[in-house]
Amino acid sequence: MNITKSLDAKGLACPMPIVKTKKAIETINSGEVLEVFVTDKGALNDFAAWSKAGGHTIVDQKEESGLITFYIQKA
Amino acid sequence: MAVKKWSAAEVARKVIENKKLFILDVRNQDAFEDWKIEGHQFSYLNTPYFDLLDGVEDVLPQLPTDTEVLVVCAKEGSSIMVAELLSEAGRDVGYLEGGMKAWSMYLEPIKVGDLAAGGEVYQFVRLGKGCLSYMVISDGEAAIIDAVRFADVFIKFAKEKGVKISHVFDTHLHADHISGGRHIAEATGASYYLPPKDAEEVQFEYKALEDGLTVTIGASQIEVGALYSPGHTIGSTSFVIDNKYLLTGDILFIDSIGRPDLAGLAEDWVSDLRETLYRRYRELSEAFIVLPAHFMIIDELNEDGSVAKRLGDLLAQNHGLNIEDEEVFRKMVTDGLPPQPNAYQEIRQVNMGKITPDNDKQTEMEIGPNRCAVR
Repeated sequence: MNITKSLDAKGLACPMPIVKTKKAIETINSGEVLEVFVTDKGALNDFAAWSKAGGHTIVDQKEESGLITFYIQKA
Repeated sequence: MAVKKWSAAEVARKVIENKKLFILDVRNQDAFEDWKIEGHQFSYLNTPYFDLLDGVEDVLPQLPTDTEVLVVCAKEGSSIMVAELLSEAGRDVGYLEGGMKAWSMYLEPIKVGDLAAGGEVYQFVRLGKGCLSYMVISDGEAAIIDAVRFADVFIKFAKEKGVKISHVFDTHLHADHISGGRHIAEATGASYYLPPKDAEEVQFEYKALEDGLTVTIGASQIEVGALYSPGHTIGSTSFVIDNKYLLTGDILFIDSIGRPDLAGLAEDWVSDLRETLYRRYRELSEAFIVLPAHFMIIDELNEDGSVAKRLGDLLAQNHGLNIEDEEVFRKMVTDGLPPQPNAYQEIRQVNMGKITPDNDKQTEMEIGPNRCAVR
């Protein structure tokens, strides 16, 4: 996977991970992939719902000892 | 416009006093549809916070100006952000401190009655989760039945009343919420009772709660009598207090009955449930006041916020008590049941002492409605 941009949102609580992700995704082009690191558990549902609402695709995600990583392809 | 911070207790007053409130719930649609703050006269708008990041103009026309507006989210962060945006747009709004997490944890103690020889019965209404716990107080002593996780709330309440907690009971091994019973007993030196048939796998010492067991609270001969009433679980036991109150646990509710499937044995337990509801309870006085361990819908609350009703009224009005045909009954309580409560298998393990997750994890496990009933 070709990652265009990476965002560190570790330690941030809702709503900041989404706020920052939204800003970051505005800086990349359609079809490009944004990598986001978060530690807030609420992000699991929020990222799914936010991506769906915006038409973006979560192409992959993983969770390792409290660290969640999303790979979001811009719509 | 300043943003007002609401406590869960203030929201609870709105529910109990039958007041109006407009809730702007900024969680995801799924979370909102699954579980929200219920009030008799509450109205709602669900718009996820991430749809409001570019501005709140779209929701402004949908917010009333003649009713207070409360913004709610999971923990509070997003609701503060949205409330501030609305405030900047000139609207007078509040947010719920601690969000749905705080709402799920809030307990409102309500007195449900007096005891003949002196003493009182309190019901602790957990509005956000539909759980009901009880404290029976008489002559300096207290018994607690079906305590929820927040042991300190009960211990503090007993202290304020100047009573010593002597007996702690769970009517059954709970699957929808984490019991505080064992921790209250440990902290106060009280005895903790569980039905042995539910407790085969528990990892700690307990006293056997068995049919016919009687304990006296205080010196005033307030009797708490156990009545074996299986069906929700195989060990489920009811209590008759002061020959007046019938604590039904998760067997009989105001507008619904217990579900038999949370330990995976619906087919096996359905005849026990039938036997309890259609024979054992029918042998009791119709004047008994039924005090269940849950409510499912806000309509089950009385005017003072309590959840209680005469057994005679329930025998006449509760649909689950009025199904003549056994086969129809069997079908109703085994087919088409509502989804099982969040993390119910893990919650049972916590209540058995098999796992001990940290506080945050326990909070997360208890998120959502209780879903112990069949309507």
